[in-house]
Amino acid sequence: MTAGASPFGQSIARVGGVERVTGAQRFTADLKLDGVLHVKLVHLPVGHARIIAVDTSDALEVAGVQHVLSAADLPQPVPRFGPASRDRPVIASGEVKYFGEPVAAVAAESEDAAAEAAALVRVEYEELPGVYSIEEALAEGAPLVQHPDLRGDTPLAHTNLLGEWHFGWGDVDATRADVVIEGTYSFPMVSHFAIEPFATMAAVQDGVVTVWSPIQHPFVLQRVIADVVGLPVSSVRIIAPDAGGAFGGKGYPKYEPLMAFLALRTGRPVRLVLSLEESFQASRRAACTVRARTGFDREGGLCFQDLEADFLIGAYADIGARVVSKASYTASGPYRTPNVRIVARGVLSHTVPSTAFRGFGVPQLAWAVESQLAEAARRLGLDPLELRARNLARKGEDFIPGDTPADGDWEQALRRAAQAVAWDTPAPAGRGRGLAMGLKSSATVSVSNAIVRLHHDGSVSVLVGTSDMGQGARTVLSQVAADELGIPVDGVRVVMGDTSVVPFDTSTSASRSSVFSGNAIGLACRDLRGQLCSIAAELYGEPEEEIRVDGGRVHVHGEGLAYGALLKDYFGPSRGELIGVGRCRARYLPEHPLGGAPSFWELVAVACEVEVDETTGEILIHKLVTVSDVGKAINPQHVEMQDEGAAVMGLGHTLMEHLILDEGGRISNLGALDYRIPTSRDLPLEMATFMVENQDGPGPYGAKGAGESGILAVAPAVAAAVQAATGVRIRDLPLTPERVWRALMEKGLSEQPIV
Amino acid sequence: MTGRTYSVSLTVNGRPHTLDVPAHHTLLRALREQLDLVGTKECCTEGECGACTVLVDGQAVDSCLMLAVEAAGAEITTIEGLADGDRLDPLQAAFLETGAVQCGFCTPGMIMTARYLLAQDPHPTRAAVQEGISGNLCRCGGYNRIVDAVLAAAEAESS
Repeated sequence: MTAGASPFGQSIARVGGVERVTGAQRFTADLKLDGVLHVKLVHLPVGHARIIAVDTSDALEVAGVQHVLSAADLPQPVPRFGPASRDRPVIASGEVKYFGEPVAAVAAESEDAAAEAAALVRVEYEELPGVYSIEEALAEGAPLVQHPDLRGDTPLAHTNLLGEWHFGWGDVDATRADVVIEGTYSFPMVSHFAIEPFATMAAVQDGVVTVWSPIQHPFVLQRVIADVVGLPVSSVRIIAPDAGGAFGGKGYPKYEPLMAFLALRTGRPVRLVLSLEESFQASRRAACTVRARTGFDREGGLCFQDLEADFLIGAYADIGARVVSKASYTASGPYRTPNVRIVARGVLSHTVPSTAFRGFGVPQLAWAVESQLAEAARRLGLDPLELRARNLARKGEDFIPGDTPADGDWEQALRRAAQAVAWDTPAPAGRGRGLAMGLKSSATVSVSNAIVRLHHDGSVSVLVGTSDMGQGARTVLSQVAADELGIPVDGVRVVMGDTSVVPFDTSTSASRSSVFSGNAIGLACRDLRGQLCSIAAELYGEPEEEIRVDGGRVHVHGEGLAYGALLKDYFGPSRGELIGVGRCRARYLPEHPLGGAPSFWELVAVACEVEVDETTGEILIHKLVTVSDVGKAINPQHVEMQDEGAAVMGLGHTLMEHLILDEGGRISNLGALDYRIPTSRDLPLEMATFMVENQDGPGPYGAKGAGESGILAVAPAVAAAVQAATGVRIRDLPLTPERVWRALMEKGLSEQPIV
Repeated sequence: MTGRTYSVSLTVNGRPHTLDVPAHHTLLRALREQLDLVGTKECCTEGECGACTVLVDGQAVDSCLMLAVEAAGAEITTIEGLADGDRLDPLQAAFLETGAVQCGFCTPGMIMTARYLLAQDPHPTRAAVQEGISGNLCRCGGYNRIVDAVLAAAEAESS
């Protein structure tokens, strides 16, 4: 371990990388517990049904079966949970409200026995009419998804609206515009499809309930488990192994409460690994329909945006209300719009509960808002680049009145993206180019803590409550600590994923870890440096203000002392350690529409060049470029990797991904065979990712968060390019060959001369 | 369902094993559950995602689609068998170097597929690599770095 140049801003190799390439990394399903019981869930082939009876007698006859749990075995009424509202029963209670909601859970000595018994649980049920789309859920006389008694004190209790939010400023109705663009846009229900299916285990020992889960937010899960089983938080321990991809889908509790009850009931550790199909039935992105009216003056200046968005959320709220409200609050994008009216509704339905998904509702809205801008540029005969540049908020501008001002040079990102596709030259014959932008609010009210332990050999353990789900938090946070203490990265170990060890952290979401955990670590390291100066002053009789900590050494009386040497002098031969603490908090503002102001803005500009095969409707993307304003990349390679991944994930919902429901609310394309995500053969011929780094964020060295921006505006950029190439404007995603081909056919028919 | 078991002898990462396996257990389950070789991952269990790829007598196989009994007498290589002690296989090193690893759940299967690809074609074109790994799904990254890694490993192995 030798001190050297700071690793900050360097593309150092992934911490935990060797374990991941050698197969040594242990994900949740790879962990073994002694005496574990294997759990299989029982579900019905329906979207909505009344449960009449659950007969477990045959299942209990299977050798090795220890317990079969259904609603009847739980305290009555069946405990309910949820990160925002307690609306979701631990197991289906009275009704199955979505395709895949478990009715019973079998715990057995082997997976085979559990599977055999699960197939023998006989459920008598009556299929009920369900609502599986926004239209069905809002129709007159539609069956209510949630019983009004569960809805609490809301005037919406007798509707299928979970919530309705109104945002905006100015006066849209009184505003005149030279050109008004109107359009209705739809965004499909899509699956997170992390390659690691959900897995969870639970055990009870010495009065402590321990739950293992690749959860992004261990402290949310801890709170929910404590609440649902009625234990103090201190008696619930969450162990969160690094997730094998999460993307928001593993943010909030799903089957962990059920597993806690099973462990309590059986007195044995229990283990559940979902199939990929069951994982599809555990989380998804909310589908969305946006009706947009956008007014412009002749020069392309935005006069107003009038947006109505309906999000199809599921049978239970999960974090759906927050997705709808937070995304809608910023729906007008990174632009200066003098008059804005946003009405957003979260619509309950008999479908898989929707949850957070990379971009947190913004891709659904940016799809509409950016497509409207593209349409306006055509109508006004303006360059889409210049139209956006004209309206973009300048740095420091109050673009959402009274809230966090624009915090970056956003035009720089826009022009960089345009330049990368040679925007100012004509597109090659047969091709079209498109541009789009996306803006997302980062975390609002939240807190991250860090404990940094300086060991007696000069190495440090960094304890933080955020999670590494592949985004590389462990690596980046190691870099922050190494830089702050002037020690090499291999002298830093970041400890995560165990609530009995690490301090509280709100969530691994909203691209907040680098900023919030990074700042908390920075403060903890500064706390340590202060302690080092103070003990050096005490030991060596030099005034504290004369002592410096620099380059991994404490400089006293002109001599650079290694941390270890100082600690040995201080604690003696039996050794000791120093403990630094730091906290980064974004304020709770009860009056703010989001409970607090966005800490920074995550911004992206996307440019692409496409060609459309008019005989098949297939889109060939020649080039796709994303440019994200990240403030400062702590690890440039890690930022680029995430942005590229986000862009390709965005191509998924742009070109191919959508969950298809049949008339009974069942997902028709469940699993990898029928639900297509991008493969290595679906890539653009050329991809590029750039970063804007003006060090103007609130994180270490001006960092902002990264990792979500890449997905925000891929769809509108591609659709604009398709329109430029073919003249066809499509307002429904995904842009499948069939959909594009049909649009081309319709255009062809409409353009045929009438004879 | 818990019918009879069969005794199966096979070699995994150079070590001989004799296992008692139920007829319906896949090679994937035998590796993970009986040999604790959990580097091979389970995702789709229908041969679409490639996370469970291993080499069986030198062929890349989705171990979720092969019964353990079918592997009798076979030489199996899993992700755990690639590195030589602390010395990483060139593919493993290249995956780290190019930034081809994010969450790492697809990585073992991806590397095993790439190992097979390079055995078939030590000097593949970029297009051949894209085609060759197209049966392995990754959800974190954009694939290009994986392709870069395979090409870099091919380069390293030929020099």
